[in-house]
Amino acid sequence: MAMESVLITKNLGISFGGLKAVSNFDIDLTEGELVGLIGPNGAGKTTIFNLLTGVYQPTEGTITLQGKNVHRKRPDQLVKMGIARTFQNIRLFKHLSVLDNVTIACNFQMRYSLLGGMFRLPGYWREELAVKEKAMSILSVFGLEMYADTLADNLPYGKQRKLEIARALATDPKVLLLDEPAAGMNPTETNELMNTISLVRKQFGITILLIEHDMSLVLGICERIIVLDYGQIIASGLPGEIVNDPKVIAAYLGT
Amino acid sequence: MQNIPARTLDDLLVLEDKRMVDFIQQLINGLQIGSIYALVALGYTMVYGIVKLINFAHGDVIMIGSYVAITTIPLLAAFGAPSWLCIIASVLFCAFLGFMIEAVAYRPLRNAPRLCSIITAIGMSLFLENLAMLVFSPNPRPVPRIFSTKPIMVGGIQFTFNTLLTIIVSVSLMVAIQFFVKNSKTGRAMRAVSEDFGAAKLMGINVNRTISLTFAIGSGLAAFGSVFYSSTYPLVEPMMGSMLGLKAFIAAVLGGIGIIPGAIIGGLIMGVAESLTKAYINSQLADAVVFGILIVVLLVKPSGILGKNTKEKV
Amino acid sequence: MTKKTLKSYAVNLIAVMLLYGTMVYLSESGVLSRYYSGILVLVCINIMLAVSLNLTTGCLGQIALGHAGFMSIGAYTAALFTKWLDLSGAAGYLGYFGGLILGGLLAAVFGFIIGLPALRLKGDYLAIITLGFGEIIRAIIENMQFTGGAQGLRSIEQFSTLPVASGICIISVGLLTALMRSRHGRAILSIREDDIASEAAGINNTYYRTMAFTIAAFFAGVAGGVYAHYIGILGAKNFNFSKSVEIIIIVVLGGLGSFTGSIVAAILLTILPELLRDFENYRMLVYSIALILIMIFKPSGIFGRYEFSLTRAITYWVDVFKGKRKPFAALRSRNNKETED
Repeated sequence: MAMESVLITKNLGISFGGLKAVSNFDIDLTEGELVGLIGPNGAGKTTIFNLLTGVYQPTEGTITLQGKNVHRKRPDQLVKMGIARTFQNIRLFKHLSVLDNVTIACNFQMRYSLLGGMFRLPGYWREELAVKEKAMSILSVFGLEMYADTLADNLPYGKQRKLEIARALATDPKVLLLDEPAAGMNPTETNELMNTISLVRKQFGITILLIEHDMSLVLGICERIIVLDYGQIIASGLPGEIVNDPKVIAAYLGT
Repeated sequence: MQNIPARTLDDLLVLEDKRMVDFIQQLINGLQIGSIYALVALGYTMVYGIVKLINFAHGDVIMIGSYVAITTIPLLAAFGAPSWLCIIASVLFCAFLGFMIEAVAYRPLRNAPRLCSIITAIGMSLFLENLAMLVFSPNPRPVPRIFSTKPIMVGGIQFTFNTLLTIIVSVSLMVAIQFFVKNSKTGRAMRAVSEDFGAAKLMGINVNRTISLTFAIGSGLAAFGSVFYSSTYPLVEPMMGSMLGLKAFIAAVLGGIGIIPGAIIGGLIMGVAESLTKAYINSQLADAVVFGILIVVLLVKPSGILGKNTKEKV
Repeated sequence: MTKKTLKSYAVNLIAVMLLYGTMVYLSESGVLSRYYSGILVLVCINIMLAVSLNLTTGCLGQIALGHAGFMSIGAYTAALFTKWLDLSGAAGYLGYFGGLILGGLLAAVFGFIIGLPALRLKGDYLAIITLGFGEIIRAIIENMQFTGGAQGLRSIEQFSTLPVASGICIISVGLLTALMRSRHGRAILSIREDDIASEAAGINNTYYRTMAFTIAAFFAGVAGGVYAHYIGILGAKNFNFSKSVEIIIIVVLGGLGSFTGSIVAAILLTILPELLRDFENYRMLVYSIALILIMIFKPSGIFGRYEFSLTRAITYWVDVFKGKRKPFAALRSRNNKETED
């Protein structure tokens, strides 16, 4: 497997008013890695995701995605460049169908024009069919294909979380950021999620950065772990090292 | 330069003086109407600060205040009481009206999406306007004299008692409100609710009562504004509230919506801008300038002069 | 195209042609008097206005209070164009259609200019700014000489007969429905649902917001053009804030996001005031109370987000007839949450 870097940050940081929420954040994700980002609440994990996806503009440092500098780019532009995310509090398109939730994420891959759509030119039929097939195949990876016409809001919680991941995958990302995907899940569901994430990584060949509080999930699938506290990296390395690191234990893990 | 007759030079000097006098005159007029805008803007800003809703009906509450005034004055006259007591009736009625509007139309929608609240507010505004049209007829009605309009001369500048009273009372009210919100228990409760609804509730603050009080105070202040407005522009008609309300709203946005000193600053700036435009450019254009200010503010710095930019948490 | 969609299109096409045929028959045969024909033309115009506003307010989820302004731009443009051409008969109609498109395009241009900066603002502010623009447009038209100033424009050729108006209405609604079922429509809906998630799904929010606003303005402009050539006389007063509010009421009553709702509400709220002419004075009062009550008790309007589908309705009743389904079972258990397996 090629060991190319897909996502590099150097000295990434952001300040709100006088408060340094994140500083000196350096990471280097290589292709196909599965990395965990852990830390106490308020450490800045989601803030980092927001920085990486263009929701916040950094006040210092750089982000390089697949070799290209990401400077002042909008979130949707970053998605087109190959980075996708899920949200801590699920943000689905609640009143749209499960299928629509996924096909919307394929919008930028479609080409037919406004008038082409309104007048139902051949491009419309061709592309809509292709996108529908693609969406259904992604949904079947998650076992959601039978819910295609169900309203997203009517799905049970666990399946909503999966749908969010499916939607992110539909954008054909190189890097996938998952924000607490196991939140609110019981051990069985968490196990299922672990398998799904591993499967996704293998099948789609993407790099995954994962925020999670559930240590069983983190230790179960992450190849590497980064620990954040007060906006700074306090430790980084293999799961075995992290678990025994006194700094990490003091800040986050306890005994 | 030496060949200019002395007489013309004198004339020039007098002209300069006169221009200065005119300018100060217009400034005073601007401050007068500006204080009225500020009073009304306070109502908008207090309500927006606490429930994040633009009370479209606020301007129409002013209109009702004026109608109450003109209805009360003849009654007062019948009892031999001075006209200015109509303020009391106006303020009380408007405070009550504000309270009722909140309780009936806005409170049920407190947790509903923004769109619904906006539409309800528009509906309430329309309701008041059309009700007034039916009850009082759409034709403008004259307002009997409330305050003396005898001109007083101070250093070549013409004041009326009306003008002085408007500015002084308005400024006193604004200072009082600012003091009240900063220092009193209820004032602190108001600020708490506007910061964080849920937390305020958990702290034992009676949120409903605080919100009702805010609406009542805001409407009461507007009533003061309406009486001063009617004493300056003595014609009342059902649609008068909409333009006045819109301008006051723009003033609140200009100063920073939700921020009380902002409403005061915004109101005074708007008043002066309008007055100077009317005097030196064109009367028709005054409204356009006012809207222009709004558009510029919203596009350049939507949070207003004193406002802070806050980003939504993702 | 699958066989199912082909069938669906065929069914809808037949229904539409029947509808249009009915309109032509009703007006040509003289079954309907001029008065009733006129009301139906107004219904068509209001349908176009409501459905286009629904695109902005219901589908995109942003309140816009100046819709009448776009209508007026389209009205005056189309009227001035046909007056300048000064043709009649078949050539006149060509000019009329040209004028409608021109009016729509000019309205769209203004929609773009206003929408691009304004749509960055949130709810309340957008409402005020669109209100302001609507008023500015009206003030400008009122004060310009070539639009007739305060007296207005007169002697506009009345090209908008019932067959013509209903045809344009059907086409407009058809195009807007097609839009909502295309990728652009889905993008617009996603912004309404969650504008942060939509960006995370690769949607350029600004682009689609402006698109929705501009398209809505276009169709409002076309509706205005049809209106101008129905009523024959134009004055700036026709297009004031009151008119914008009337359209909002139709959209809200019918259901934000439901074109079906807008159509039904437009029919109701155009015909009802005509029937209750005697109560004209109380009309706005009743509307305002209705608006408040709807928002408090049923904010989703009559139809909510529901869209009527002829194919679905036919399939449904065919199934009932065949005994495969119990009628109205769905009403008893709507919005069932799927349970965990």
